[in-house]
Amino acid sequence: MTDLTRLTAAETAAAVASREVSAVEVAQAHLDRIAAVDDRVHAFLHVDAEGALAQAARVDAGELTGPLAGVPLALKDVLCTEGVPTTAGSRILEGWRPPYDATVTARLRAAGVVVLGKTNMDEFAMGSSTEHSAYGPTHNPWDLDRIPGGSGGGSAAAVAAYEAPLAIGTDTGGSIRQPSAVTGTVGVKPTYGGVSRYGLIAFSSSLDQAGPVARTVLDAALLHEAIGGHDPRDSTSIAAPVPPVVEAARQADVRGLRVGVVRELTGDGYEPGVQARFDEAVQALVELGATVTAVSCPHFVHALPAYYLIAPSEASSNLARFDAVRYGLRVGDDGERGLEEVMALTRAQGFGPEVKRRIVLGTYALSSGYYDAYYGQAQKVRTLITRDFTAAFAEADVLVSPTTPGVAFPLGAKLSDPLAMYRQDLATIPSNLYGGPAMSVPAGLSDGLPVGLQVMAPVQRDDLLYRVGAALEAARPFAPTPLQWETA
Amino acid sequence: MTAYEQALAEFAPVLGLETHVELGTASKMFCGCATTFGAEPNTQVCPVCLGLPGALPVVNEKAVESTIRIGLALHCTIATWCRFARKNYFYPDMPKNFQTSQYDEPLCVDGHLDVEVDGEVVRVEIERVHLEEDTGKTLHVGGATGRITGASHSLVDYNRAGIPLVEIVTRPVAGTGVRAAAVAKAYVTELRDLLRGLDVSDVRMEQGSMRCDVNTSLHRAGEPWGTRTETKNVNSLRSVERAVRSEVERQAEVLRRGERVVQETRHFSEATGATSPGRVKDDAADYRYFPEPDLVPVAPDPAWVAALRAALPAPPSVRRKQLVAQLGLSDLDAQAMVNAGVLDVVLATVEAGAPAAEARNWWLGALAQRANETGVEPAELPVTPAQVARVVALVAEGTLNAGLARQVLDGVLAGEGEPDDVVAARGLAVVSDTGALGEAVDAALAAHPDVADKVRGGKVQAVGALVGAVMRATRGQADAATVRALLLERLGVEG
Ligand SMILES: [Zn+2]
Repeated sequence: MTDLTRLTAAETAAAVASREVSAVEVAQAHLDRIAAVDDRVHAFLHVDAEGALAQAARVDAGELTGPLAGVPLALKDVLCTEGVPTTAGSRILEGWRPPYDATVTARLRAAGVVVLGKTNMDEFAMGSSTEHSAYGPTHNPWDLDRIPGGSGGGSAAAVAAYEAPLAIGTDTGGSIRQPSAVTGTVGVKPTYGGVSRYGLIAFSSSLDQAGPVARTVLDAALLHEAIGGHDPRDSTSIAAPVPPVVEAARQADVRGLRVGVVRELTGDGYEPGVQARFDEAVQALVELGATVTAVSCPHFVHALPAYYLIAPSEASSNLARFDAVRYGLRVGDDGERGLEEVMALTRAQGFGPEVKRRIVLGTYALSSGYYDAYYGQAQKVRTLITRDFTAAFAEADVLVSPTTPGVAFPLGAKLSDPLAMYRQDLATIPSNLYGGPAMSVPAGLSDGLPVGLQVMAPVQRDDLLYRVGAALEAARPFAPTPLQWETA
Repeated sequence: MTAYEQALAEFAPVLGLETHVELGTASKMFCGCATTFGAEPNTQVCPVCLGLPGALPVVNEKAVESTIRIGLALHCTIATWCRFARKNYFYPDMPKNFQTSQYDEPLCVDGHLDVEVDGEVVRVEIERVHLEEDTGKTLHVGGATGRITGASHSLVDYNRAGIPLVEIVTRPVAGTGVRAAAVAKAYVTELRDLLRGLDVSDVRMEQGSMRCDVNTSLHRAGEPWGTRTETKNVNSLRSVERAVRSEVERQAEVLRRGERVVQETRHFSEATGATSPGRVKDDAADYRYFPEPDLVPVAPDPAWVAALRAALPAPPSVRRKQLVAQLGLSDLDAQAMVNAGVLDVVLATVEAGAPAAEARNWWLGALAQRANETGVEPAELPVTPAQVARVVALVAEGTLNAGLARQVLDGVLAGEGEPDDVVAARGLAVVSDTGALGEAVDAALAAHPDVADKVRGGKVQAVGALVGAVMRATRGQADAATVRALLLERLGVEG
């Protein structure tokens, strides 16, 4: 019998729909897989076996149908799940069970998707290695001694380790794409507003965007369509329909497409192996009928500092609600201490060092007297970066770059150097500041580790990402995760 | 000369008024929760107004509309594009530890409100009208005073959190001289009447749906303006006037001593009529305002704003004149009502369906008396014109008599709900069931055989004693005329 955990989401859905296999069997196979490997990968913070099997049974009973009915999925622990623990990777939310479902969660449930559990992440999505999780790091299935990327390392690792064919990540500065790049998976940050943020625990409201993680481009597109579309509960949600991403993934056609290579996102600072795979992928696109030009986005060099003012500023405000009053951790409430002291103790113990660093940074940047120089200035840079994109999209239909400067680095290698960690997101941050969609697709290996190619498209042209991604996938099939540690 | 008059003979006052008004929308500012006053604590809450992780706000269009209508009625310019902003500070009754408000882009700016004081019109300029969300309410338990000092613990009710709140800020009001206190009161009164006319809020100061902060400063003629204090939560019209008087007197004494007025927040005490220092206005308080990224900008369509402008009701001053004319009230009558501060509520009661004479009698009679007893203006009593009109209607349809009607209004004033609720709960309806009444009549006849004999003997007026006995037995709930007829019928005497 075929190993159900090796099927793609599209194959699984077809097998379940034709009753070749039951959704319960599929769910059980993945729960078994998690039980077998997750002590080493640590992709999951919480496995909801009971909920998963109950949902699968509903699919088998014909109550839920659709293109992804019966397909298991790993959900990043930053999205609320009614009655199921949701921590955002933080001690401050340990044990909290939300009384409501995020819109993404609700749409997944309605689509018959089987949520296996909640995945590990850097605390409040702040980080690029998942080492800032309060619950311990996730290990890269390609090499357990290396980072799986972050903040959504758990989601990417779960997919790469065959613990789930699909996962949901969230991307504020690269938290879907960078983990995908270093785990050899497909990760998409949709257009800002394309997927509802309702129930997504906010890091930086103007940048956060949930999106799909998968092992194939088509699977990512199917998931994208399932979660996308207008939500009246999110004011920033786009009213227009989801671009035709599934159709684009099936077409996989780049003939006549103008591909722009962003000068500022190649060369210096990129590992030679990464640059080589990137150049080969671009060459493959040319062979598939695309035209390639070099474009310049001069303000991209300021994206990182602008991001590290805007995101922490919004975070400092978004994270103020964790105050021990209504939910989550409460420290020092002994009947003697006053409210302010309990709040301070709770936040001191509940937040990790990276979160504190960003709260302090953001609080400072918003302070009166500094606002114009920091937050205000960063917003101006954001406008300039948007203009760079607009100008570049006059010359090219999509832009490409390596997703990350390097391959997965060893656990602990950058923990003591925040700036080195921040530089992981050099190429991914511009799309968040602009609001346009971007994808990371596998582009081959360097020293046996995955390299990602990033595709960026104009706002609401998410379909273009899938055309490019699917064409590359067809021309240069993605390498499966070797999983040597399993047999060793 | 009073101390107040003395102070303003010596110094010139400058006032500033910030008024917070809870809008009467059915749902909250950023979620669908109900806004009913007085509900069980924490029953009108949801993930959004509790600030749960992941929850997002969606602007209540009705609240935006009400704010624009207020701005238009105050002759403001309406923004064509503006944003909400986050005001960041930690407080347990604020679920997100930031308040979604407006900062440098208010919805309405640069208006005015004309008020009449001693027959003269004073123009109060409006700086801004903006929209924000209310906070929850904290209850401190275990202390003697209900304040935080000495309390053993605190309880928070989030029902009020997220109720739309409009803040109306005046520009500094200078040049009022000795009329400062009267101008302040007239402004708040006129504003309240204007808001009531717009039907955007129930403007009940005693319930906190309209709250006033009064800024006061004094300076000598020809010198720069003085340091101001901010008197918080002045919760009745009378208190607005008293707060200004008290603060003017206090500051004058400070200045006469050659000392400086400290810039601070002060609390007004209804009991003493004086202000006392609150927290010193903290210069370090930094709200770190920034545009609310969870909301999209508000850009009112000019055509919509024009339509709202066209549909505005006449301002209170004009409406007053129209109604007075319509009702055929004499100028003298109208002036008496103005002096008693009841003209607007009388007119509102008439608009709610009561005959003019009845409305006038209630507000100048029983209700004026109750107001006097509790030290508030009649219009500030916790009873609405609509409720008074309902009581009048209940009398007209025979459900209540005059005595019962007063009891029903007392019930409403005591917070027992709508008039019909009070009638039901207290069992106050006139007993018209002749069966039940018959028993009371028989009992009265049996208890007073001597009186019955007198009536039978032709002294019909003696029946009054029997009527009184029946009325007592039915706790006033019988209709006296019916009782009299029943008694005479039993006694076989022609009425
Ligand atoms: Zn609510």
